[in-house]
Amino acid sequence: MSQSLTLHRDLEAFVRRDEAGKGRLELLVSGARCAGCINKIEKAVREIPGVDAARLNLTTGKLAVQLEGKEADPERVVETVEALGYRACLFDPGEAAAAQDREGRELAVALGVAGFGAGNVMMFTVPAWAGLFGQELNGSTLTLMYWMAAIVATPCALFAGRPFFRSAWASLKRGKANMDVPISIGVILTLIVSFSETILRGQHAYFDAAVTLLFLLLIGRYLDHRLRANARSAARDLLALQTPVAMRLVDGVEQGIPVAEVKIGDCLVVAPGDRVPVDGLVESGQSELDNAMITGETALAPVGAGARLHAGALNLSGRLVMTATARSEDSTVAAIARLMEAGAQTRSAYVRLADKAAALYVPVVHTAAALTFIGGWALGLGPREALLRAAAVLIVTCPCALGLAVPAVQIAASSRLFRKGVLVKSGEALERLAEVDHVVFDKTGVLTEGRPRLIDAPAHVVAMAAPLARASRHPLAKALAAEAGLGPVAADCVETAGQGVEGLIDGRRARLGRAGFVGVTGGDARETELWFGFENDIKIRFVFEDQPRADAADTIARLCRMGLSVEILSGDLAGPVGDIAREVGIAEWRAGLTPFDKAAIVDEVKAQGRKVLMVGDGLNDAAALSKAHASMAPGAAVDAAQNAADLVFTGEGLGAVVEAIDTAREARRRALENFGFSALYNLVATPAAMFGLINPFIAALAMSGSSMVVLLNAARPRIAWRRR
Amino acid sequence: MNIVLFLAPFSIGLGAMGLFAFFWTMRSGQYEDPKGDAARILYDHLEDKPPQD
Repeated sequence: MSQSLTLHRDLEAFVRRDEAGKGRLELLVSGARCAGCINKIEKAVREIPGVDAARLNLTTGKLAVQLEGKEADPERVVETVEALGYRACLFDPGEAAAAQDREGRELAVALGVAGFGAGNVMMFTVPAWAGLFGQELNGSTLTLMYWMAAIVATPCALFAGRPFFRSAWASLKRGKANMDVPISIGVILTLIVSFSETILRGQHAYFDAAVTLLFLLLIGRYLDHRLRANARSAARDLLALQTPVAMRLVDGVEQGIPVAEVKIGDCLVVAPGDRVPVDGLVESGQSELDNAMITGETALAPVGAGARLHAGALNLSGRLVMTATARSEDSTVAAIARLMEAGAQTRSAYVRLADKAAALYVPVVHTAAALTFIGGWALGLGPREALLRAAAVLIVTCPCALGLAVPAVQIAASSRLFRKGVLVKSGEALERLAEVDHVVFDKTGVLTEGRPRLIDAPAHVVAMAAPLARASRHPLAKALAAEAGLGPVAADCVETAGQGVEGLIDGRRARLGRAGFVGVTGGDARETELWFGFENDIKIRFVFEDQPRADAADTIARLCRMGLSVEILSGDLAGPVGDIAREVGIAEWRAGLTPFDKAAIVDEVKAQGRKVLMVGDGLNDAAALSKAHASMAPGAAVDAAQNAADLVFTGEGLGAVVEAIDTAREARRRALENFGFSALYNLVATPAAMFGLINPFIAALAMSGSSMVVLLNAARPRIAWRRR
Repeated sequence: MNIVLFLAPFSIGLGAMGLFAFFWTMRSGQYEDPKGDAARILYDHLEDKPPQD
């Protein structure tokens, strides 16, 4: 049935057209790894009539396709790529255009300019340093060197410093001082003092320090930006892979439209195996729904005409035609959305480690610099010498080590997690994750695999029913077929939506499906079951269960060993929740909870002063996810849950949770070590600068030295982790 | 000593050339797909110039 449907899909909404009518299409392709993949995909797509050019970006997995005119069918492109064995989905052109990374580009340009300045200014300051140690370079030659340094350093520093100046100004306007304020003041004051020293033919000018400071800081800033940008785009790609296209029915023809464009009153088609795109009412059709994502309940719900559908429910057996009663963004129950917003607000009150450090650092350093100036002048140094010493204080206490301390560690930690299939959305998320002491799990889809699996069936019985199961699209039948492996398919198969499948196995008529369909009365409706029987023969019952993930019990044990308490909050019935809890070894569990109960319990635990990590995948978890101190969601979770979660883990294992907490704690330790080192360094350097013991050579050495130590310390865990 | 007046601008000019080369590589999209660029040299007929937008 789905084959005939796809022929009518109209995906024009995903094509961006220019004035000449040429179109551009973006696809997200997963599975491409090598030159051979590029070759196969680009060649096959170019051969489609109407396609002008195709180019696959192996790094991002985006395939850009140029269409010549109207005749090329986007669906054909998707099919071509999928026929080669890659997973492909269309990317919303609006999204792709918004992905232009302007901030990253500006930082890279600033970094390039600062690097150029820092390198070239050395040409003049290194000879000048020689003069400081009694070598022959002094007098007018020294002044010449400083002038040349000024010509290189000043424009570079003013240009490369723009990101800092802008942020400092914005923060000052709000009446606060962030880390960029002392940086900006430091750079500008250094330039002013250096100019005045050069004009007055003094010995100490710090042009190199101003540019090098910016260069080192921009490295930290750029790392931080890359971390956020990578995580953002990876998260978006993950969602794009599962964002369904809603099928709108217009005059009997199905058109594929992005779910965001669904309007109230639209007539939509939901094929078996698809998720319900928005809230709505069933117009026609019969099917069973899997509501596990929304309520956590594993029992299937039969629906017919007039039934209410919730966005996110999985349509199992029959084709449904529905009327949309809400748009996509209103479809998540409004109250859940409100709760999520409230959760996000409490979370934004979290103060990042770097900002905590800045809050301490800024007043201390500025007071020290001001005291040096005032004290020095009062003690008879003269305003010029006093100002020079105050500038030296600002330079040697430059927060480059502070600016690098956290981003360097976080990028090391998150790239390690990325390789393990865990996506960190921000550095702040890692900091919060490191603090958790209580872990709350959802049951369905988190502790369990979220899909049924056959239990306790002898192999020969499974093999008997398998030919019929292979012909069906129903998830229970698919699970049965998966258990049996490859084999023959029954002949003359007819699938009745919501009932089962009938066909010929070795010439005998057989049925597989609901109890009533197969001819059994009084089956237990609560259980997830499937009946099978030949005509006029005994009937066999298959029972399915949602199995816990293979490493669930092991993961729980490891969490307990790490000193964390663990709890299950589930919307499912007490029976299945209790079974799973026993199986994986969790003592504390609560069942039958509504989404609001879950959020309330998370709040309650938080009120006891504990830091909660919520791990959930459903719409019913979204509110709790956004209220928890930190949150994780599996890659198969609904959009709302993935959006609310700080970390998203792909892959089959639950071990990612332990891995993530472990890495986050390690990163926090390293960041604190880096802060400790910076504090120690400042404790030594500041008095030295106050008493005029610092000259430009020592300042340059100390500044890059402290940054190097911090960077090396951040890289250290990476090396140790690899070995482990 | 006069040679400095020639050498200093000259070396800065060299450095500036490097800087502008960096800008050019960035603007022409040469960092968009490092993995793909490494793979594309293996096939003669694959387009090996960065994509033009």
